[in-house]
Amino acid sequence: MISVHHYLLLSAILFSIGTLGVLTRKNAIVIFMCIEVMLNSVNLTFIALSKHVGNMDGQIFVFFVMTVAAAEAAVGLALMIAFFKNKESIEVDDFNMLKW
Amino acid sequence: MYSNLWLIPFFPLVGSIINGLFGKKIKNEKIIGGLATLMMFLSFLVATQNFLRLMGDNVKTHQVVIASWISVGNLQIDWGFLLDPLSAVMIMVVTGVGTLIHLYSIGYMHGEYSFYRFFCYLNLFAFAMLMLVLGGNALVMFIGWEGVGLCSYLLIGYYFEKKSASDAGKKAFVVNRIGDFGFLCGLFTLFWALGSKGVWTINFVEIAENAHLLETGGVVVTAVTLCFFLGATGKSAQIPLYTWLPDAMEGPTPVSALIHAATMVTAGVYMIGRMNVLFAMSPTTMMTVATVGGLTAFFAATIGFAQNDIKRVLAYSTVSQLGYMFLAMGVGAFSAGIFHLMTHAFFKACLFLGSGSVIHGLHHAYHHAHNHHDDPQDMRNMGGLRKKMPITFITFFVSTLAICGVPLFSGFFSKDEILWWAFGSTRGHWFLWAMGAVAAGMTAFYMFRLVFMTFFGEQKTDPKAKDHIPESPLTITIPLMVLGLLAVIGGYIGVPKILGGSNRFEHWLAPVFEHTQHHFEIHAHGSHATEYMMMGISVGIAAFGILLAWTMYVKNPDMPAKFTAKFPALYKAVFNKWYIDELYDFLFVNPCKKIGTFLWRGFDVKVVDGVVNGVAWVVKGVGSGLKYTQSGYLHNYAVAMVIGVVVIVGYYVFG
Amino acid sequence: MADSLLSLMTFFPLLGMLFVLFIPKDNDGLLKGFTLVVTLITFVISLPLAFNDVFATSGGMHYREFAEWINIGGFFQMNYNLGVDGISLWLVMLTTFIMPIAVLSTWKAVEKNTKGFMALLLLLETGMLGAFVSLDLFLFYIFWELMLIPMYFLIGIWGGKNRIYAAVKFFIYTAVGSLLMLVAIIFVYYYAVQSGADINGFGIQEFYKLDLPYNAQYWLFLAFGFSFAIKVPMFPLHTWLPDAHTEAPTAGSVILAAVLLKMGTYGYVRFAMPLFPDALQTFIPLLATLCVIGIIYGSLVAMMQEDVKKLVAYSSVAHLGFVMLGVFAMNMQGMAGGMLQMINHGVSTGALFLIVGFIYERRHTRLITEFGGLAHKMPVFATIFMIVTLSSIGLPGTNGFVGEFLALMGAFESGLRWYAVIATSGVIFAAVYMLWMYQRVMLGTVTNPANENLKDLNAREIVLMLPLLLFVFWIGVYPNTFFRKMNPALEQMLTQMGHKPAIVEVHNPVAAPAAHATEHAPAGHGHN
Repeated sequence: MISVHHYLLLSAILFSIGTLGVLTRKNAIVIFMCIEVMLNSVNLTFIALSKHVGNMDGQIFVFFVMTVAAAEAAVGLALMIAFFKNKESIEVDDFNMLKW
Repeated sequence: MYSNLWLIPFFPLVGSIINGLFGKKIKNEKIIGGLATLMMFLSFLVATQNFLRLMGDNVKTHQVVIASWISVGNLQIDWGFLLDPLSAVMIMVVTGVGTLIHLYSIGYMHGEYSFYRFFCYLNLFAFAMLMLVLGGNALVMFIGWEGVGLCSYLLIGYYFEKKSASDAGKKAFVVNRIGDFGFLCGLFTLFWALGSKGVWTINFVEIAENAHLLETGGVVVTAVTLCFFLGATGKSAQIPLYTWLPDAMEGPTPVSALIHAATMVTAGVYMIGRMNVLFAMSPTTMMTVATVGGLTAFFAATIGFAQNDIKRVLAYSTVSQLGYMFLAMGVGAFSAGIFHLMTHAFFKACLFLGSGSVIHGLHHAYHHAHNHHDDPQDMRNMGGLRKKMPITFITFFVSTLAICGVPLFSGFFSKDEILWWAFGSTRGHWFLWAMGAVAAGMTAFYMFRLVFMTFFGEQKTDPKAKDHIPESPLTITIPLMVLGLLAVIGGYIGVPKILGGSNRFEHWLAPVFEHTQHHFEIHAHGSHATEYMMMGISVGIAAFGILLAWTMYVKNPDMPAKFTAKFPALYKAVFNKWYIDELYDFLFVNPCKKIGTFLWRGFDVKVVDGVVNGVAWVVKGVGSGLKYTQSGYLHNYAVAMVIGVVVIVGYYVFG
Repeated sequence: MADSLLSLMTFFPLLGMLFVLFIPKDNDGLLKGFTLVVTLITFVISLPLAFNDVFATSGGMHYREFAEWINIGGFFQMNYNLGVDGISLWLVMLTTFIMPIAVLSTWKAVEKNTKGFMALLLLLETGMLGAFVSLDLFLFYIFWELMLIPMYFLIGIWGGKNRIYAAVKFFIYTAVGSLLMLVAIIFVYYYAVQSGADINGFGIQEFYKLDLPYNAQYWLFLAFGFSFAIKVPMFPLHTWLPDAHTEAPTAGSVILAAVLLKMGTYGYVRFAMPLFPDALQTFIPLLATLCVIGIIYGSLVAMMQEDVKKLVAYSSVAHLGFVMLGVFAMNMQGMAGGMLQMINHGVSTGALFLIVGFIYERRHTRLITEFGGLAHKMPVFATIFMIVTLSSIGLPGTNGFVGEFLALMGAFESGLRWYAVIATSGVIFAAVYMLWMYQRVMLGTVTNPANENLKDLNAREIVLMLPLLLFVFWIGVYPNTFFRKMNPALEQMLTQMGHKPAIVEVHNPVAAPAAHATEHAPAGHGHN
């Protein structure tokens, strides 16, 4: 029987993978995908707990998260195109203009 | 019944406004000057009408309220006028002498640049002066009080392109302001002191009625009166605030005659008369007033010895004569003081106008001879003018006799009464009398020195110019003659009892001073014999002064030079006015400037603003240290965030 | 319409600003003309206030407007709560009156980016009017901050050489104070909520009735007082003022002097003093000392200034000292004098800044040494300058005198006797620095060839000055027009402050008002 713990464990693993990916990868698109992984791990938690508790709120929140993620994808990709036009690269190490 | 009182100051105000706004367009000197003089004359007519009405009236104090001015809480101030014998005398003097001087000015100021401006100011002055004397409460009086100061400033600085003139104007205003500071403090204290007894007022009549609520001789009444007296010293050029008056001679001569001799400078005396009830309640203040007056009379006379500018001599003489009036006020001889104020207005105005006539003549002559370096006011360039300007000479000479206190001339009666009171009053003292008497002798000396240097002896004027000195035109000589006449006969309305008169003047003013006169009686030993003796002595001293002047300036004209050669230090000190101006500069003016500069550059910029900028600097410093945490690398931020989350979550999970 | 007169008046300039934004930016004449019309209409809208006699009979709030605005349960509520009484009446009138003059003064002075300038001026007017008519502390705070931003840009964009420094200094200095005030406002609100008092959002009239404990009052007064003292400005928080004034464009200086500084003094009268009357008693000696220092210090520093505008700025410090001293006297004369002196300062100093603007436009310098003898070239200007100078000095018959006299008299009748004596000596210094400046600028002969061809004032400039001169004399000769409508409100405020239980006696027996009352009855309560 797969209990709620299994879901949470999977979610934790996915979240950690996402986090590590964000921290270690240089390609902005990959980082972006890692963020999506993190978001989806959270979604998984929401659904699992919603089912476990028997309250639909969590599932509604997932829709919110998905909407936000979609918006984020649109904005993020647009940003990356803009960066690419400027620097011919989407390596995040090349974007360090935002400093002192 | 006296409801047209407001017209008296109103006419000159209208004249001033018309000339001020449209004078430039009118251009015609006759219309401008005529209008101003007419306004003064109308004002004089209304004043006369009211004066006559008051003479026939049994009630001697009338208040006329035009409108409310300030009403806040328990402070109610009206635009109110007060007509009583005292202010009636004053309005007659101001409008009468004022009209004559306006008339004189038409001739004197002929051809001056911005002629209209002069008459605008002069009318404005008359307005302010009339507000001062007619004011029914201390604040309306204060309008006039500061207003005359302003007009004095404007008129002294009439030739504003001259630095000395604008300096003198500024000095007059600022020194007057020091006096005004005293006036205001006195007013505040009085309002509070009476208010704490339940009477909130600054109305003169109510003050006089309620003054008994204050403790006679108490600290409060002394403080109030001393503050007011400070105001009086500023306006009336007494020690220690007299220094502005001699400098004020930078103004055109009619101004000196009207403002700095006949009217404005007597405001302090008038004010003490107006508040005589309060002043009489404080022996300390009375003593101070008398002493300051006596000292000023003496001290200013000493400076008069060595001045060569004809107007400056007259200026110091004015200071000295004002000292007399204060001496009178201080010893309780209120009506004598006002009497001297009036006679002084006549003869001193005449003297100033006479000197103006001389200056006018010389100026004309120099102009004719294209001489621009000689000073037409310097007496050393004069001499022998007696024949060139007979009318000027006669009127001038008559007035000189009056100021010296020669018997039968107006100054004699008033001055002698003052000296008698200084000696015989309960507040008098032989020392006060002595100062006054010596000052009288000195006055006689320097006044005759002036007359001799100007009108007698040989003509020292630039030879090219000396044949072109004309007698002045009628607009100038008519006022001279009228004033000269008044200088002779003006005294006969106040002939003392001892000389067979009934002293109608004192009788007239009695209602104003009746509440206070019981404070001051003539001593028992003030017998007729003593009075005659005193009179004799003072006449003798004056005669000695005249004789001395004659010896030194007519008989042996080289004597003064010898004398100055013998006492060079003394002469230099007197010539430089005892270095009082320099002393004030050293004590007050320069330190103020230094403190100001220090407070600005040293304190304000460095300390106060330094702290403000210092705070900004510290914030900026901290920020510039911390800014390096912003590397701009995404990974750094991400790591920081993760660490942060781990720490916070860890704290709540394990902490 | 009368129901929403205040809203209409307050937001009309804002509406005008929206239209300004649609005017092409290179059409200078239209921009200025339109703004002038908007400010004039605002003035006309406000006129019924000045003519309404209700202020003379009742000291309460009139023209009330009320609407719930933000309401979060019982947790937080603020209302749109407007009203005007005799205290704010004349300040509102001053604002609507001075704005057209300020706009008119920009005719030649502002050439770059006129559109932005005009839009900001109108926004500023809304902010100022809103602050004067707000009866809700939170609403007041919003308007208070709203004023700051346009002024920041006016100085920072159209200012002189050192404008950025001055603008930032002005902004940060004022903002620091405001934030303290914000904290205090929130505290007062939550105290009221917790104590279960009957409140109406942040409505000040309900706050007046709060019985705050002395300790709380102490800190709250500090916060409010600090904030307002910066705005006044009182010594030693004044250093932003000379910088802001010198760098600001003429219109900015005029508004800054005429209205913005009054926010500080108004804040004291409306908020800091009646809200925390017990703490006020403790602070009065300190505040009065600062006033007196401000008067003397401002005058002495003004005396030595080389820049005319800076001189006027420092003179403001001295003038505002008189205002505050009168207000702290806490009696009718003092309060009325202080209030009137606020208007006077607006008129006279506003006029002085215009005058400085005139010569700056002609010569592009304000150094006193650059001038001299101008009276020959510009006689009309010289006359107007003289009148304004005299009004600033406080000559009787002009407006300055009545205000100064009453403020000083009030202070003298209250416990601040010696302060008043020292402050009175300020009238001497005022004469010194103003007349000395006048002498150096206007009198003497023309020594600087650059001044040879100066033109006298043109018709626009004279028209600009005439209304100000009118008020110089009007207030000087018949101030009752203003006092009549001011008095009931002031009386009400004084009684209200007096009604507070004298807790102060416990904490500070020396300054206990009761002790004063027997010794020398404060003039305001004598026999009304």
